[in-house]
Amino acid sequence: MKSIILKTASNYLLPLLLLFAVFILLRGHYKPGGGFVGGLIASIAFVLHSFANGLQNTRKLLRYPPGAFIPVGLAISLLSGLAPMLIGKPFMSGEWLSVQVPIIGLIGTPLFFDIGVFFVVIGVTLTILFTISESIL
Amino acid sequence: MLIVVLSGFLFAFLTLLSGKLVRNSLSWFPALLPLALFIYFMSYIPVVAAGPVRFHYPWVTSMGVDLDFKLDGLAMLFSLLITGIGTCIFVYASYYLKGNKYLDRFFCYLSIFMAAMLGMVLADNLIILFIFWELTSISSYFLIGFNNEEKKSRRNALMALTITGAGGFLLMAGFILIGSISGTYSINSLIASGGSLQQHALYGWMILFIFAGAFTKSAQFPFHFWLPGAMVAPTPVSAYLHSATMVKAGIYLLARFTPILGHTTSWSTTLIIVGGITMLYSAFHSLQRIDLKEILAYSTIAALGTLVFLLGIGTSNALLAAAVFILVHALYKAALFMVAGILDHETGTRNIGMLRGLKKVMWPVALAGMLAAFSSAGIPLTFGFIGKELIYESTFHAPYIAVILTLIALFTNILILYAGFQAGIRPFTGKLSGVHQHLHIPSFRLWLPPLLLALLGVVLGIWPSLVDGPLIRPVYTALGETTILSPLLLWHGFNWVVVLSIVTIIAGCLLYYLFVPSRSYIPLTDKWLHLSPEALTVRLGRAFIHFSNRYTNLFHNGFLRSYVSVIIVFITCLLAMKLITGVDVHFDIKTNISDIRSYDIVIFLIIIAAIWKSISTSSRINAVASLSVVGYCICLLFVIYSAPDLAMTQFTIDTLTVVLFVLVLFRLPPFLKINDRRVILRDSVIATAFGLLIAIIALEVMNEPTTKDISKFYSENAYLLAKGKNVVNVMLVDFRGFDTLVEITVLTIAALGVYSLMKLRVSSTTKE
Repeated sequence: MKSIILKTASNYLLPLLLLFAVFILLRGHYKPGGGFVGGLIASIAFVLHSFANGLQNTRKLLRYPPGAFIPVGLAISLLSGLAPMLIGKPFMSGEWLSVQVPIIGLIGTPLFFDIGVFFVVIGVTLTILFTISESIL
Repeated sequence: MLIVVLSGFLFAFLTLLSGKLVRNSLSWFPALLPLALFIYFMSYIPVVAAGPVRFHYPWVTSMGVDLDFKLDGLAMLFSLLITGIGTCIFVYASYYLKGNKYLDRFFCYLSIFMAAMLGMVLADNLIILFIFWELTSISSYFLIGFNNEEKKSRRNALMALTITGAGGFLLMAGFILIGSISGTYSINSLIASGGSLQQHALYGWMILFIFAGAFTKSAQFPFHFWLPGAMVAPTPVSAYLHSATMVKAGIYLLARFTPILGHTTSWSTTLIIVGGITMLYSAFHSLQRIDLKEILAYSTIAALGTLVFLLGIGTSNALLAAAVFILVHALYKAALFMVAGILDHETGTRNIGMLRGLKKVMWPVALAGMLAAFSSAGIPLTFGFIGKELIYESTFHAPYIAVILTLIALFTNILILYAGFQAGIRPFTGKLSGVHQHLHIPSFRLWLPPLLLALLGVVLGIWPSLVDGPLIRPVYTALGETTILSPLLLWHGFNWVVVLSIVTIIAGCLLYYLFVPSRSYIPLTDKWLHLSPEALTVRLGRAFIHFSNRYTNLFHNGFLRSYVSVIIVFITCLLAMKLITGVDVHFDIKTNISDIRSYDIVIFLIIIAAIWKSISTSSRINAVASLSVVGYCICLLFVIYSAPDLAMTQFTIDTLTVVLFVLVLFRLPPFLKINDRRVILRDSVIATAFGLLIAIIALEVMNEPTTKDISKFYSENAYLLAKGKNVVNVMLVDFRGFDTLVEITVLTIAALGVYSLMKLRVSSTTKE
């Protein structure tokens, strides 16, 4: 698929889509969105990039193999669940800071949990897609 | 106490980390752990003699599972055996396995086993007891199969694990049954409410499950055969697990449950019958063996049978005899096993026909062997004598069939004496053979542990009061007995019991001198071999594997289409049956269906057109594209009927699925137009039936009065409790966050699976 239009467009679309993914991730607690959908949108951004520029270039762009996102995400989620235990609360109880941050809203452990989900989804989707397309093409 | 129980696990880990040190210069170091624990438990003796000590650590209190430990007489006896004999074994093994490149691993397994055993005997909660029970099975699997390069080792280890694992499975069922009937998993409360379970309608099942666990673990007939097989383990393991500790776990369990479930006819009868058969069967079998360890294995089974038998008789005398015999047997049998191990280590053979006169070259070993043999024979002035007296005392005064019980005990004791003499005396007497002239006394780390144990057997025989008050009486109390019995004495005065002891010794010595063990007796029982429990179990295992192969090949035939149709047909039948029998399907157009709007019709028409295209096209890419149109239309419906989260996710998933399909399409063969009308008909019937069913269910769901409590709770509390306005997301990350955590883990596993499958396939094609 060598189309100059797609290639050029994807260079602009990738940051936009990623930004959109993060937006969807952060608004999840108040409006439709969340880590799962956000992660899927981010993976679609990378898949689009790989269609336009070739898989190798997308891999270069990512620097790390996509599988590396998975343990990072799992660790963030797990730690966000474990964090309340430090102050004597049960595992995975939601703890929030009282400060209101602009755009994001409240910051709390569920937010980090969602960020973890976001990374796991990116990792899983890209691993599956990249592996299959590499083994096939 | 928690630290004491868990120290073995921690220590096992540390041993692995410092593998090189343990393998070379510091091989004696691991022995310090059991020694320290032994001293720790010794310090509790005066306290426990006064009454049990309880330790409580909350764990899963909501489900009644707490880390409760109780140190009473029974637990104390076993803890001292585990740590005391453990110390001897650790020292012994450090030399026995010197130079083995996996010595660190060996100590790791051994520490885990010791910790599991300690946890099991100390546990005061059924679930905790069960966890440690299974840990002993698992760690013993690794220990039996320690020489894992030998096929026989692996096979016998698996056999032992299968038998004890199956027993453990039933034991768990029994524990859950007891727990749910009595409403508590705490053993202490069960004992306190003692006697109420015996009247319950399900009492039979309870004891059946408990027996299944105990009999498999303690190698009772017909589950005995794993124990001789387990003799492939290194000798320290045989001495520790298969004579002194693990095989007594079943005995421990029965003893523990005696105050809770015991003292009924079915309890006593079963134990006496099973114990009796085991005694006779294994005592008889020990006659046919010429391998030192096998002789000892069969005499161990006989001794375990004796213990079960004594618990079955269940009188105060019998329970006291059992308490004493546990200690007696552990002391002499561990010593005999270690002696057998030294002989094997030094001469390279365990065939009793080839070992004679070794007293001249290794006198400390000979001394240990002889003293242990005397104790096993019950010669006066040994602790074994006291044990034997008590056994005869309890069979002689048994409430029923005393004569038969006494005869069984007599026969078994004669053969246990014979086995003890074969292992502890025969190799050291007679004329030293030429090949063994060059041997000399082995390292003290080999002969000191068995000698200590054997000497202890004599010391306790002369001064039984050393253990009577502090150790044996608390066991007796822990078994729920209150009758005061006379203290252990060296000499009770001349009576029938002494006569029986004398008969045992004379008959046993005659047997030892007159009977020449050889392989030639094996053919006598060979023709029954195909009916032995072992052969039957192996056949059952083979049949099971055969069946699994056939079954798997039938359903797992490699065609995705057949999987899909099997799954769909199965679901359809299941749901349809439920709908027909259990649900009153009725359908009202006015209330069930909202007004149809124009855009609904448009979307509906698009879906129909796309479906038609996808089944009529002859190009795969067209089919995929039209299916994705259907998917997008469904997303549109979600948007219209206010499920934006669902729509978003569905959109992205749909997109990615199409991408995936397009990728895979390159690999697939060109589209085949199916011409077989029967196949088309079959598939269309399946598809239509499934679609209809889903439609009916979807409509019927509207009719069902659903409880709205849950959704109401979520929508009301999403902001109050979780500070979020998007209920769906709050559920995902907060209310049901634990589910999500597990789900992303599942996703990870799926990704790993895809990755490894695809990479594996690539490498296999490159190999071709």
